[in-house]
Amino acid sequence: MPTQRTVLTHLHHRHLLGLEEYSAAEIELILDTARHFRQVLERPVKKVPALRDRTIVNLFFEPSTRTRISFELAERRLSADVVSFQAAGSSLSKGETLRDTARNLEAMKIDMVVIRHSASGAPHQLARWTAAQIINAGDGAHEHPTQALLDMYTLRERFGRIQGLRVAIVGDIAHSRVARSNIHGLRKLGASVIVCGPATLLPAGIETLGVEVTTRLEEALEGAQAVIALRLQLERQQAGLLPSLREYHFTYGIRPEHLERYPDLVILHPGPINRGVELADEVADSPQSVILDQVTNGVAVRMAVLYLLAGMPRPEGETGPAQ
Amino acid sequence: MGETIKARLLDARELERALRRMAQEIIEPVREPEALALIGLQRRGVFLARRLADWIAKDEGLAIPVGALDATLYRDDLRLRPSSPIRPTELPFSVEGRSVVLVDDVLYTGRTARAAMDALLDYGRPAQIRLAVLIDRGGRELPICPDYVGRQVPTTARERVRVALQEIDAEDAVYLLEIAT
Repeated sequence: MPTQRTVLTHLHHRHLLGLEEYSAAEIELILDTARHFRQVLERPVKKVPALRDRTIVNLFFEPSTRTRISFELAERRLSADVVSFQAAGSSLSKGETLRDTARNLEAMKIDMVVIRHSASGAPHQLARWTAAQIINAGDGAHEHPTQALLDMYTLRERFGRIQGLRVAIVGDIAHSRVARSNIHGLRKLGASVIVCGPATLLPAGIETLGVEVTTRLEEALEGAQAVIALRLQLERQQAGLLPSLREYHFTYGIRPEHLERYPDLVILHPGPINRGVELADEVADSPQSVILDQVTNGVAVRMAVLYLLAGMPRPEGETGPAQ
Repeated sequence: MGETIKARLLDARELERALRRMAQEIIEPVREPEALALIGLQRRGVFLARRLADWIAKDEGLAIPVGALDATLYRDDLRLRPSSPIRPTELPFSVEGRSVVLVDDVLYTGRTARAAMDALLDYGRPAQIRLAVLIDRGGRELPICPDYVGRQVPTTARERVRVALQEIDAEDAVYLLEIAT
């Protein structure tokens, strides 16, 4: 699928709403830039002044610890002024809340907004309502682009390339924004992707995204260099989509026997892990797991995204925060 | 925006001669050569720093360590133009207590040199930082003064200086360009 590679010096988007609309060259630019930030994070002074004139708001309408902390750390390492706001699902109509929020952001002269929302498309709405640059930190079952970028960074670090890799994504594909972003990103960079899960958690028509589909874990793992095990939201079982967590573990969980059978298989997980559900303890803690590398790389990848977006000029005629 | 070549400021021989003289000026007054390090600014400064070190090795028999520094993340013009690509910083020595010579191809406004000093200071506290440039084209916007200069060339804002180096440009030469408006 990927054809000729062009090397970019800057992005073609002002926002990061999803990987679906990003080109392979833009994704490569983010991953290449992240490598330099990874180096910055190894220095005694882990901070650079690049974004010292920017104000960034982290708007988390859905609870999140690690993504929010990772973004905050990335923002502070770039010397931005940071405000974080975490609200549990409000009873107010989401549209109204978001519109008011946008107005407030406008009045406060915010440069960038990192938003997580349970509604797919909320970041896109916000991008229409404010002049601030928007970064999607997860919207409904739609996309979670920075998670996919850090997964790809981690894969590239491990294998030296994405092109030609075969990656299995296992779990609740239907409700997973991580799966969707990874499918877009991995396909664009030339990996082949197979998704796997119980039939109740595989969305109809997923194969139109250019992936193979299976309900058998062994089929997904056979020939794959890496597997992304998705976090199983425990309420799926209450919703009747799964018979039991134990049965899920013994059908779709990555277990020690898989490590034995596939000793070169690399294990990724977006966290937080349900131990004993999607990953057995021994798998999560094995040398084949790169889960903690993902966490470290996440900060560098988010720094790269923020830095590259900060360098994008404002569209003609738009006013906004003063220089 | 087109550019036309107005003059060749240095040819290959003159460029090498300028570097050799700079290398002598750098090393001559130094009492503790083991504390000295040359740090080139990405991108062409890195090649110039290596060549200066080669001349010092050839003429004085001293091995001076060479590093590469990228100051992109320390620039003050992110609002004015799209972010430039970041290049690697490689300092294979500690800068703590060192006598550092920053090397760049062209000195103009002084903003790159300012950014480079800030970047370097985040790696440690050198005893001294000096500045060596192949071309000083004037036009300073900050109080920065080079210690070693290959050639001084007064220029206007409508001109540009292009340093071509064998390592990446297939020739050694310095040109004065006129920006067509």
